Amino acid sequence: MSESFQFRIDGVEVTARPGQTIMEAADAAGIYIPRLCDVEGLRHQGGCRVCTVKSGGRSVSACTQPAEPGLEVENDSAARNRVRRDLVEMLFHEGNHLCPICEKSGNCELQAMAYRLDMTEATRFPWLEPCRDLDASHPDIALDTNRCISCGRCIRASQDMDGKGVFGYVGRGIHRRVAVNGADLAHTDAALADHAMHVCPVGCIIRKGEGFQVPIGERHFDHGLIGHEIEDRARKDGRK
Amino acid sequence: MATETKVKSPPDAEIMAICDRFGSDHHRMLDILLAVQEERRCITPSTMDTIAAVVGVTRIAVEGVASFYSFLSLAPKGRVTIRLCDDIVDRFSGLDAVVAAFEAELGIRMGETSADQAFSLEFTPCIGMCDQAPAAMINDVVATKLTAERATAIARALKQGMSPAEALVADHDVLSPYQRVRALVDNNIRQSGEVLLGQVPEDAGLRAAAAMAPSAIIDAVEASGLRGCGGAGFTTGRKWRFAAAAPSDRRFVICNADEGEPGTFKDRVILTERADLVFEGMTIAARAAGAREGILYLRGEYLYLREHLEAVLAARRARGVLGANFDIRIQMGAGAYICGEEGALISSCEGLPGEPKTRPPFPVTRGYLGFPTVVNNVETFAHVARILDRGAAWFHAMGTEKSHGTKLFSISGDCARPGVYELPYGLTLRELLSLAGAENAAAVQVGGPSGTMVGRDSFDRRLTFDDLATGGAVIVFSARRNILEIVDYYMSFFVHESCGYCTPCRVGNVFLKKAIEKFRKGQANDDDIAYLKDLSATIIETSRCGLGQTSPNPVLSSLQNFPLIYAALTKPTQDGVKATFDIQSAISGARDIAKRRSYIFDKDFSK
Amino acid sequence: MTEARKPRVATVSLAGCFGCHMAVLDIDERMIALMGRVEFDRSPLTDIKTFTQRCDIGIIEGGCCNEENVHTLIDFRKNCDVLIALGQCAIMGGLPAMRNAIMHSREPLRECLEEAYISGPYLRNATRLIPNDPVLPLILDKVYPCSDIVDIDVQIPGCAPSGDIIFSTLVALLDGKFKGFARETLRFD
Repeated sequence: MSESFQFRIDGVEVTARPGQTIMEAADAAGIYIPRLCDVEGLRHQGGCRVCTVKSGGRSVSACTQPAEPGLEVENDSAARNRVRRDLVEMLFHEGNHLCPICEKSGNCELQAMAYRLDMTEATRFPWLEPCRDLDASHPDIALDTNRCISCGRCIRASQDMDGKGVFGYVGRGIHRRVAVNGADLAHTDAALADHAMHVCPVGCIIRKGEGFQVPIGERHFDHGLIGHEIEDRARKDGRK
Repeated sequence: MATETKVKSPPDAEIMAICDRFGSDHHRMLDILLAVQEERRCITPSTMDTIAAVVGVTRIAVEGVASFYSFLSLAPKGRVTIRLCDDIVDRFSGLDAVVAAFEAELGIRMGETSADQAFSLEFTPCIGMCDQAPAAMINDVVATKLTAERATAIARALKQGMSPAEALVADHDVLSPYQRVRALVDNNIRQSGEVLLGQVPEDAGLRAAAAMAPSAIIDAVEASGLRGCGGAGFTTGRKWRFAAAAPSDRRFVICNADEGEPGTFKDRVILTERADLVFEGMTIAARAAGAREGILYLRGEYLYLREHLEAVLAARRARGVLGANFDIRIQMGAGAYICGEEGALISSCEGLPGEPKTRPPFPVTRGYLGFPTVVNNVETFAHVARILDRGAAWFHAMGTEKSHGTKLFSISGDCARPGVYELPYGLTLRELLSLAGAENAAAVQVGGPSGTMVGRDSFDRRLTFDDLATGGAVIVFSARRNILEIVDYYMSFFVHESCGYCTPCRVGNVFLKKAIEKFRKGQANDDDIAYLKDLSATIIETSRCGLGQTSPNPVLSSLQNFPLIYAALTKPTQDGVKATFDIQSAISGARDIAKRRSYIFDKDFSK
Repeated sequence: MTEARKPRVATVSLAGCFGCHMAVLDIDERMIALMGRVEFDRSPLTDIKTFTQRCDIGIIEGGCCNEENVHTLIDFRKNCDVLIALGQCAIMGGLPAMRNAIMHSREPLRECLEEAYISGPYLRNATRLIPNDPVLPLILDKVYPCSDIVDIDVQIPGCAPSGDIIFSTLVALLDGKFKGFARETLRFD
């Protein structure tokens, strides 16, 4: 393994190892780059594009782009965050995201990202209002793909961590969506203990019997903005 | 489901035999599914179960492929499927009457399959016949220059039990594959240039290359200044150099014959008339890059060319110029524009949904099956063969400082002489339009939907990589065409063809299309022009591949070059009420159910 | 004329549950300070049914599910300088908009009404009729967020929004200093 090297994110010097992506190096340095489809432990997809940064003048997804010595990366700027807000808003409008009735509310990364990116102005986007059937066939798990944001985490987790392949994408374009390896979820080997059932960032994969157990005020994102754990690393290092 | 029980008997032996034909290799999934589609005209859940079990993947993986491509179908299709090209050029050439004739004669509507499962009627995007529109695919053949009368006659012949080939070509069974192709489709070569469409000697380039070291071949290609002719314009020699340098004991050469950009059809003509030259170029590339295996990825719409191309390949093998050190297989596509994108094309060859791959790594280092892969366009390979024959300097001397050699232009739309023109780079758009008899053009779409829409003030711009770049498509529109109808169509094309992998392209293009509809309905205000620009910028900046990075171009270039058309359609918002909201349509359903009028919004209640 | 004219505020609940109006009361004792700075015009809080004059701020709870909602919303847009969508229903349809996602049939509205009044699994409706009294406003084909129908100037998120965010937003608007919300205070539920 060759030597580590330096590059800069928003003017801050960051150290990276060869083979690391911009995002991995940023995470280690306590710099948060917003992301939805990417999650630690799963291979990178680069599909949501929320992690788009400017690197050497080009727009790239930080979760897939290798870090390189001397790169100048623009991350937390008004322009980048405006574009990210557009993407998050697109995902809200593509599905049916009714936060007040969703059991994921407060623990939902899409919702938390909307907070972080100030998604509060009257929308200019149309609502697509999909109308897909709910799959509640499985005794322990339900699937509401109207809330799916096509992050594909469940697909990768099921394939790579559970060794199963319960989920996959079907269709193309705006009709592309997550589907299951059988007539319905009950006709797959999905199990509650699967890693895949615990990676959904939104309320699409529902573990039955668990909803609304954590009271408002104590849910994950009641404690801080999404990404604050990563940013806290830098703060702790700074205090040392 | 009825269809499911039907395919359970006969037993799945037939499906297993199809899998076996392709080595039960999951990388040949697209071939397997195409064969099943042809045999059964439908890919059912039980079929997918069988295939999954035989090739060793999950059923959802099979379904992912089967549901991605337009020419594969999860619902039963007719024995004869008629796919009418609904490109804007076809629409402007009398498509409506042809649709009506087919619908009337077959007794089904577009999008339907007849009850006896004899016929399906559907629309499909550009099939590469814009110079002889309206056109349609009928199973594995193509019908061009359709009129209502011709459509009726074809439908009648098909109903009487003639095969599509019989219905379109007299004595088709006594013709050679090449003759059959020529009988179906006109070449419309209007201008033959020095490089490709003039006289070319057989295998002269290959003989020259055989005497050269691989590095010398790459040097020659690089020195010629040849750049990719598919649209992106990457320097061909550099691409080969990267692939040759990537450490590997296996490398591939792939020819991109997925000519899907609406309005482009020059590769169709090259494959018809200069197929040998293309294969020759591929063989040279294989020698240069150290590849032993090649693939010609042929778009599903060009299925009618397959037999001819197989015959050319067979002849080359018989001649000993193919097969020993390098061989080529034809991979059929199945109706997906995105597969023209390098990574998506490789995914498709690998039996996956046609989704672009994450870059880096680039195909030259990790391409097909993970091996270094050279992917070039049909025209590029044909040029290579000529460069090796005549020398880099000869090619370099043609064209302009940064755009060397000749280019094949596909011209269609409102012009007197639609067809293919081979001309050196650097002529002005005006010169080209004059050759094509399109002096009255009001708007020209250069480079297809993902290119640029220009007006008369741009006709003196030059067709080069640095000015008006084009993969070949030049679509001419006269003053009587509605610019926004064209833009609207192009956006619907991108919505249809987005693979859906990334958010901005999947969702953003739908929004952009809806925004254009708003303009067409006269519901837009001044803010909507800013909205079009903002949304386009987000899609371009964040999209993962070239499709999304160029899909807003119809909107942006028409906004730039025809701003008055947009401005004329905007109205200031009245009293802060959105013009898009239509109270009458919002209450019409309730009015019907309640069987009464609105006290508030129906002014004529008292009448 | 000794006293400066007080800004006037109007409020209304459209297709909402009145929870957002309850939330306005959650500003607690700060209501006294607010009352000192504004005059309430048309509002369920004053029981004034129509605008007595043009208002500076209009606050809308709920989206639009029937023609009367639309009429009222447009009336508010015409009579208010700044229009606030208060809460998720006004912003994006909220719970009533759940019906937008059951449009499976050719006639989704009929399907919706039949499920609500005739065929729903937990239904007790002895008459087996869909209510159709002439005084009932016609229901819309779907539930519309306010910004689908009129221009909205400010959206205060929440279901219901907290008393804090309502108070701070109103004060900032009255002071002419509104520049968006603190991210930590945002909630869509």
